[in-house]
Amino acid sequence: MDGLTVEGITYDFRSKRALEDVTFSVAPGRFCALLGPNGAGKSTLFGLLTRLFVARTGRIGIAGHDLAREPLAALARLGVVFQASTLDLDLTVRRNLLYFAALHGISGREAERRTAEALDRLGMAERASEKAGALNGGHRRRMEIARALIHRPSVLLLDEPTVGLDAASRAAITAHAHDLAGQGMTVLWATHLVDEVRPEDRLVVLHRGRVLADGIAGEIGGGDLTGAFLRMTGAPA
Amino acid sequence: MSWLIALKAILMREALRFLGQRGRLVSALVRPLVWLFVFAAGFRAALGLSITPPYQTYVTYEIYIVPGLVGMILLFNGMQSSLSLVYDREMGSMRLLLTAPLPRWWLLFCRLVAAALISTLQAYAFLAVAALYGIRFPPLGYVAALPAILLAAMMLAALGLLLSSMIRQLENFAGVMNFVIFPMFFLSSALYPLWKMAEASPRLRDLCQANPFTHAVELIRFSLYLKGNLLALAVTAAAFLLFGALAVWGYDPARGLASRKA
Repeated sequence: MDGLTVEGITYDFRSKRALEDVTFSVAPGRFCALLGPNGAGKSTLFGLLTRLFVARTGRIGIAGHDLAREPLAALARLGVVFQASTLDLDLTVRRNLLYFAALHGISGREAERRTAEALDRLGMAERASEKAGALNGGHRRRMEIARALIHRPSVLLLDEPTVGLDAASRAAITAHAHDLAGQGMTVLWATHLVDEVRPEDRLVVLHRGRVLADGIAGEIGGGDLTGAFLRMTGAPA
Repeated sequence: MSWLIALKAILMREALRFLGQRGRLVSALVRPLVWLFVFAAGFRAALGLSITPPYQTYVTYEIYIVPGLVGMILLFNGMQSSLSLVYDREMGSMRLLLTAPLPRWWLLFCRLVAAALISTLQAYAFLAVAALYGIRFPPLGYVAALPAILLAAMMLAALGLLLSSMIRQLENFAGVMNFVIFPMFFLSSALYPLWKMAEASPRLRDLCQANPFTHAVELIRFSLYLKGNLLALAVTAAAFLLFGALAVWGYDPARGLASRKA
């Protein structure tokens, strides 16, 4: 199956259990919010989804490829925006994009073309030769999303991409990710901010390493997602 | 094909970053030059060196110490690249690298090559300054030393990579200085020939002999005089393979990084 599947993932950091039997799936072209307070295990799950480390139990499927059995095919279909910025701030915007394209086997004219397209889409074509460090936080984030799309992945993971941004940038980037899902991309959006989730989104609530809820945001929240989220995560585990 | 595209891009990135930070070249040069101009000049009077291969005549201490200082540049650079990997920001770009759809060992190898090339460049810049100062080697020696310096740089960069997979926090880098860089440098033939060490203590000499850095320095020293040193070559190459393999193991997704909080 396409999209993203996570089945029975359990993971320990030394003696501490970080994830406990996490299971959910996201259909192709859906926007799924992974909502959880700090320390819920979201970043650990992202580490596993991007194969920075592997779990001994469970299975992860990306665009129909098993991450354990066909890691390179799975990673080739995956776009990632990490929580911490991964831009080279002392290199130009264009160089950052070309570097990433090359890591995915795209070089020469094709890389130049896709880089130019990505910058056009962001309305940043004229800033291609500026250093990435000269961009403001919102632009950097948008550029990281554009970069994650250069190799045309079918699944996009974003780990708290709006951290540290002002309200306007936050709203713009959240809308941008929803648009991408509308265009057929499978999007997994990790956040601890309820207001980034729309009622029609798929929602997985993660707390202390367990999935507490999995469904449509509007149905889980029943009109008050914030209250429902606080009730779920505020209860003693 | 995509493997070579990635290699080229990683080399280009390191080169651009290096050119963007001119201070790095200067500071990498200052340390060995201080040793050469101050330490070696003072030591010349105190230490007499007898004829020992590859030298065919008495040499001044400044001439003796230059290959060791080349080794010092490679050693510090190798450790510095491990330090920058431990930085969170660098861990970010490391994550980006490791999520590329290529085998992890290849991605790490590309980084090693990039780090080794930058180190080699700095080593030659130092040799050029030393030549201006009057310490020269046979012209072909500079060519013959290239593969030796590259191999030594790869070995030390692999050691740095291995350490970066084990060091959890930046603060621990002080420990690396105390427990890796200083013993490796001082317990080697970089500053004194091994027979001089043996005069002080045979056990100390044995320690120096077991230090791969000694062999890296000797490999560079011999090649600068267009002479081969099979033992030095074999030990340096074996150490590179060992450190490289352990680093790949350290970065294996099933462990290593796994024990670190993402």
